[in-house]
Amino acid sequence: MKKSHIILIVIIAVAIGVIISTAGDASTYVSFKEAYEMASKGDKDMVHVVGQLKKDPSTGKLEMQYDPIIDPNYFSFVMVDTNKEEHPVIYFHPKPQDFEKSEKIVVVGSVKNNEFVADQILMKCPSKYEEKELKTSAVSER
Amino acid sequence: MNKFAVGDFGHLFVITSFITSIIATYAFFQSAQTKELNNPWKKFSRIAFYLHGASVIGVVSSLFIIIYNHHYEYHYAWSHSSNSLPVYYMISCFWEGQEGSFLLWIFWHVVLGTILITVNRTWEAPLMAVFCLVQAFLTSMIIGVVIPGLDVKIGSSPFILLKDFMGNIPVYKINPDYIPEDGTGLNPLLQNYWMVIHPPTLFLGFATTLVPFSYCIAGLWKQRFREWIRPALPWALFSAAVLGVGILMGGYWAYETLNFGGYWNWDPVENAVYVPWLVLVAAIHTMIIFRNSEVALKSAIILVITTFLLILYSTFLTRSGILGSSSVHSFTDLGLSGQLLIYLLVFLFISIYFCIANWKKIPSSEGEASIYSREFWIFIGATVLCLAAFQVIATTSIPVYKAILEKLNIETNIAPPVKQEEHYSNWQIWFSIAIAILSGLGQYFWWKKVDGQKLWNTLAIPLLISLLISASILFFTELNKPSYILLVTASIFTIIANGGILIQVVKNNYKLSGGAVAHIGVGLMLVGILFSSGYSKIISLNTSGLLYSKEFPMEMNRDNILLWRNDTEKMKDFDLTYKGSRIEAKGFPGYIPKEKILQLDKDYQAIAKEDIYYKDEVYFKKGDTITVYPENTFYEVQFKRGDENFTLYPRAQVNPQMGLIASPDIKRFLTKDLYCHVSSIPAPDAERKWSKAEEYTIKVGDTLYLNDYIAILDGIKKANFIPGVKLSREDAAVTADFRLLGKEEYHASPAYLVMVKDKIVGQVPETIEDLGLKITFLHINPTEGKFTFAVNTTQKDYIILKAIEKPMINVLWIGTLLLVIGLVLAITRRYSEFIKMRDKGVE
Repeated sequence: MKKSHIILIVIIAVAIGVIISTAGDASTYVSFKEAYEMASKGDKDMVHVVGQLKKDPSTGKLEMQYDPIIDPNYFSFVMVDTNKEEHPVIYFHPKPQDFEKSEKIVVVGSVKNNEFVADQILMKCPSKYEEKELKTSAVSER
Repeated sequence: MNKFAVGDFGHLFVITSFITSIIATYAFFQSAQTKELNNPWKKFSRIAFYLHGASVIGVVSSLFIIIYNHHYEYHYAWSHSSNSLPVYYMISCFWEGQEGSFLLWIFWHVVLGTILITVNRTWEAPLMAVFCLVQAFLTSMIIGVVIPGLDVKIGSSPFILLKDFMGNIPVYKINPDYIPEDGTGLNPLLQNYWMVIHPPTLFLGFATTLVPFSYCIAGLWKQRFREWIRPALPWALFSAAVLGVGILMGGYWAYETLNFGGYWNWDPVENAVYVPWLVLVAAIHTMIIFRNSEVALKSAIILVITTFLLILYSTFLTRSGILGSSSVHSFTDLGLSGQLLIYLLVFLFISIYFCIANWKKIPSSEGEASIYSREFWIFIGATVLCLAAFQVIATTSIPVYKAILEKLNIETNIAPPVKQEEHYSNWQIWFSIAIAILSGLGQYFWWKKVDGQKLWNTLAIPLLISLLISASILFFTELNKPSYILLVTASIFTIIANGGILIQVVKNNYKLSGGAVAHIGVGLMLVGILFSSGYSKIISLNTSGLLYSKEFPMEMNRDNILLWRNDTEKMKDFDLTYKGSRIEAKGFPGYIPKEKILQLDKDYQAIAKEDIYYKDEVYFKKGDTITVYPENTFYEVQFKRGDENFTLYPRAQVNPQMGLIASPDIKRFLTKDLYCHVSSIPAPDAERKWSKAEEYTIKVGDTLYLNDYIAILDGIKKANFIPGVKLSREDAAVTADFRLLGKEEYHASPAYLVMVKDKIVGQVPETIEDLGLKITFLHINPTEGKFTFAVNTTQKDYIILKAIEKPMINVLWIGTLLLVIGLVLAITRRYSEFIKMRDKGVE
């Protein structure tokens, strides 16, 4: 066997390893229902759940709990997933900074002790970059 | 009317720049097809290119005039700038939007194109034909023209009017000529000096990858398969240096401004630049092998082309909106995805065409390189770099696979890995070990002439020294993972090996030392990255013992501590005291405590409530009007460890659009950084909850117990000045002098006013933030000599802080510097080679 063949085989082997590890480490987007089913089967993999924050229809207030004086590392809120199923989510970190403004959120985590524990929260804020609203109250006519 | 003309001119310039770039492409193409060097097409094509350049400068100037003069009738100015923005940040507004960043990229191409026309002779026409074609694609991204009939919009113009952008809002129905008075401002995260210089550097890096690519395509096109390497090599090196610096600047900005806790986050946007850089470095190595031993030409061609295509792919990734929720800082979708995809595919097709058409004609070496030859090991090194790049791009592209599968109607729920850092690092560390070993080893093989025995003799000493050093490092540090130990040993080996070479080379000709210096830099960078990331340690552990929920003991991430104002808390071996919130003011060197000033609503003005000192020098007198910068609040935290004292000011911005944005402050020690940022603060003043007021009627000299503090009314004084209130001559004002005894002594002077002219009485309450108390002077009873006060209490001020130690981070920055110096040395050497050949008339 020529040297170049050995090198080629090694390269291909590493590339296959990379692809397998990418596929293996890749997470999935699931609904709350599936996340709970996974937990009941003993599957501890973390998953992505996409949803919206639950808002009180009359006051517009979010259902969330954060009291840094009691514990700065405990934050919980209620999220509604894309199937309209709602569940509380616990996050053992301080409340993310622009949390209230976010329109769509993705929680990454898994169900533990029958509660969804988020490891990361990804937020999509409508105002973050370009889609800013023009507030007529804040501007006057020239 | 002439204001509107600015945008119209701008748009016109965009259109002319697009048309001229197409004309120039065609003209350079014709010129390249002509045998004679000085043909009429050449002159014409140059004129077309210079006209293109002039139009681009016209576009840039128009956009800048719009931003500089606050023409908010334009969407770009309104959404990226504001009245209070300093001029140097107006430059950052320029590239906050996608259109502006395309413009920056186009601008750099014009600069590079002009240089290339000047320095080249025979290469000019084919080179510039490729160049101008790229320009045509890029200018089409900002042209903003709707093709009539087809209803297809090409590009997104930066000169769009606000009215056209959001014309359906009610204001325009009432007043069609409505112009907002102020813009919505620049993203506060971008208000940082790094954001003034990082994007231009990065885009210069992007732009320079086009140069080696163009030389390569020109070489294939004109059948000059070998010759293109010489002129392309200095540019490839330059590109690697600029792109590398650009990436590092971005990392440094993230480290200083964001609160991710690091300089690298494996974010798709970062990966999208890191990958082409790795491939570019691999390409440079194969080009060097070819220059020395005439092998690996095909690899060099493929890698140079791949680098440029990867830049296009990363542009597609970051700008098409495909990354969506998987990236924190991707651009929003401007509807350009189709256009970006066409751009990518056209150049992919051109590259494949030229490669296939010429593949058999490209010279390649017969037989194999010996494993005792340098080219063999450099080639292996380039392969490792490519595999490292492949690993990163394979995972970063997950959202692309998902999009493709969904286009094919295949249901998929694939998501990026949860533990991104682990996923990437577990691979990248092994690639780094291989690269470190190879870059050290490579130095002991001379071109084509080493025998085994001699090699081992020369290798023995540096190998021994490195093993000794890494053994002593192992002894003194807590290195424990096998991969970490290997990486440290390999990095030290490359530093020692290249250091030895450097000493030998410098004696003879320092110009040849670029490679050795750059490799030492890489070795240091790897050591710095390993320690600062692998051993970064959160030290702000919550030791208060308070647990909210006992159900999840394993899950508790207790990495934030609560600091009450003026209470001392222990953190590792430090005593921490949060002293209060501070603000910056114009003409003041330090930070001003917020309670010493009264902020007015108007134009960032404030009034000094007392004399304001900095190091015993009075800067503002009581009652002075001060211009403040209210966007940032700095939280003064004192650190004490034995005799060592220092103060950090982590900052936060409460921004109406983005909520609370915290940025760290960093204490730099020689061997480590102490990095800390606020994670949470109490709700801003407006939302603060005060207790119900309690009233007290007392005499001068009486004592009260307020919120567990003793308060003494020392006296009532007539006041001539009350901050924030205009007193006329008839008006009367008195203040009560309270002395409050806590850990320190505090003074409060709430005021009572009688405005004779307006026939009203008024109160100006005083808040003592440290104690969470507000005292209002309610009433005077002159007959009994008694005074009535209302006292409200609130939550004491606090912050929640996170602190991280990052060991050896300075080694990373030093390594980066050496890498860049090494590359610059290599650039000068390779460029002078090109000039020599050109002046001989060969090129």
